[in-house]
Amino acid sequence: MSKMILNRRKDRIFSVVGLIATFTGLIILLFFIGDILKDGLSRIDWNFLTGLPSRRPEKAGIFTAMMGTIWVLFLTAAIAFPIGVGAGVYLEEYSKKDRLSKILEINISNLAGVPSIIYGLLGLEIFARVLKLGPSVLAGSLTLALLILPIIIVSTRESVKAVPQSIKDASYAMGASKWQTIWYQVLPASMGGVLTGVILALSRAVGEAAPLIVVGALAYVPFAPKTPMDDFSILPIQIFNWISRPQHGFIINAAAAIIILLTITFMMNGIAIYLRNRWQKKIQW
Amino acid sequence: MHTRKREHIIEFLLFLSALITILTTVGIILVLAVEAFKFFREVSVFEFFTSTEWTPLFTRKNFGILPLLAGTLLTSFIAILVALPLGLIIAIYLSEYIPKHFRDYIKPSLELLAAVPTVVYGFFALMVVTPFLQKIIPGMSGFNSLSAGIVMGIMIIPIISSLSEDALRAVPSSLREASYGMGSTRLQTAFRVTVPAASSGIVVSVILAISRAIGETMIVAIAAGQQPRLTFNPLVPIETLTAYIVQVSLGDVPHNSLEYRTIFAAGITLFVFTFILNNISHYIKTKYQEKYE
Repeated sequence: MSKMILNRRKDRIFSVVGLIATFTGLIILLFFIGDILKDGLSRIDWNFLTGLPSRRPEKAGIFTAMMGTIWVLFLTAAIAFPIGVGAGVYLEEYSKKDRLSKILEINISNLAGVPSIIYGLLGLEIFARVLKLGPSVLAGSLTLALLILPIIIVSTRESVKAVPQSIKDASYAMGASKWQTIWYQVLPASMGGVLTGVILALSRAVGEAAPLIVVGALAYVPFAPKTPMDDFSILPIQIFNWISRPQHGFIINAAAAIIILLTITFMMNGIAIYLRNRWQKKIQW
Repeated sequence: MHTRKREHIIEFLLFLSALITILTTVGIILVLAVEAFKFFREVSVFEFFTSTEWTPLFTRKNFGILPLLAGTLLTSFIAILVALPLGLIIAIYLSEYIPKHFRDYIKPSLELLAAVPTVVYGFFALMVVTPFLQKIIPGMSGFNSLSAGIVMGIMIIPIISSLSEDALRAVPSSLREASYGMGSTRLQTAFRVTVPAASSGIVVSVILAISRAIGETMIVAIAAGQQPRLTFNPLVPIETLTAYIVQVSLGDVPHNSLEYRTIFAAGITLFVFTFILNNISHYIKTKYQEKYE
């Protein structure tokens, strides 16, 4: 009997341990964020947002890095969205279940596991050097687009798969071709899931520093990029650069820039979650 | 028959999009192999794998990959030491202990941990965790693998907890109910029935977490230092494969020089490691997936 009581007690202890473990990570994260807010929040003002880089921490701003991030975000989206969705639709709707489709599938799951810095080496050699794009916004965006393609493809496939066969059959019965069915029925019905995946993938791209450092994005750029061929910096690289400086003023700047970066990341994640919930509620087959 | 032609063109374009993923893999392997080949024309493979010093940027050059490899393995090991117990406990707790609607809120919030940009985690490691640990462990240096590893561990918790929880939940409830029927507690059921039944999925989650830790760059570049050193002491500055690539990329190394090629030699080492790990996990996923019907 006593053994049973002991087992019951262990069970209850684990339910407390589990609760603590579950919230440990989140509480540490909240603590970190609180610390950042304390350091950086008072630094954020209009001058910080619109200021150019400077050797003096109290004068330095994030304008060029911010514009670089916006450029990279839109260009990466413009490249990765059509290719990723196209590849996802192809794999789900067109490819026959043969060797080639199996290779494609294994390859995509493999690519998802390749470290981001390796994509940087690919971008440096192919985009920056062989295609002679140099350390430009375009070279960086192409690199990030390749990096997030696997995420977009997988989420596209899942949402396209969720569209019921009856909808497609109805479309075919009306005389629609395969592409017309996909364009007018399948894609609109799955767009919520597709967009969720794309936004999550882009929020990952916004935070990436390593591959773009390797491609040649700079820590110091005097002007915001005006064309895709210009040199650029991005927020994460600006933060990295400020962290590695000895003066305390730059650490404050780094904390302030982190607040901006985290706001962007969490906002994109929030939009993605909102879209997912809304889409799940609205469409019930 | 205008439509049919258009249909074919569209199908071909979609196929090309899918083909880009193959080209990416081919591109990665080709770029790494070609540059590494040029590297190994000047540096002997024997030196690369046996020399215990990595000093390509000094006048007295040594090209031993072991210090960088040791740094990478050390930080990843510390990260797994943090993430494995926490991730597994969370997975068991979420799948066996709490009601579904509660879990639906907790899982996405845990995944927020993996959404934070790694440069932010690097800041935490350097500015918060290291000063805190220095109070407990006197003599610990400002750059070290311990705080980088711990913070990296926090980052990869959701990889282990989410994927393991999926695996645990895939275990049919009939197995659980049989165990409860024998008078077992939830804890006994978890460790004697569900965890063994879901072991392949759990192993896959751990391998993916290791692979992620090995490839992680910014946390170690910021907090672990830039001193390649063949040591397993977690309190001193080290350098990982990834941090070395960042260090060289930030510097002014001329293209087509031997120094430039060292980052591809480091890159191919990193790629081979993660490639092997990813394929093992894929293999386990397809071969050992328990099937219940």
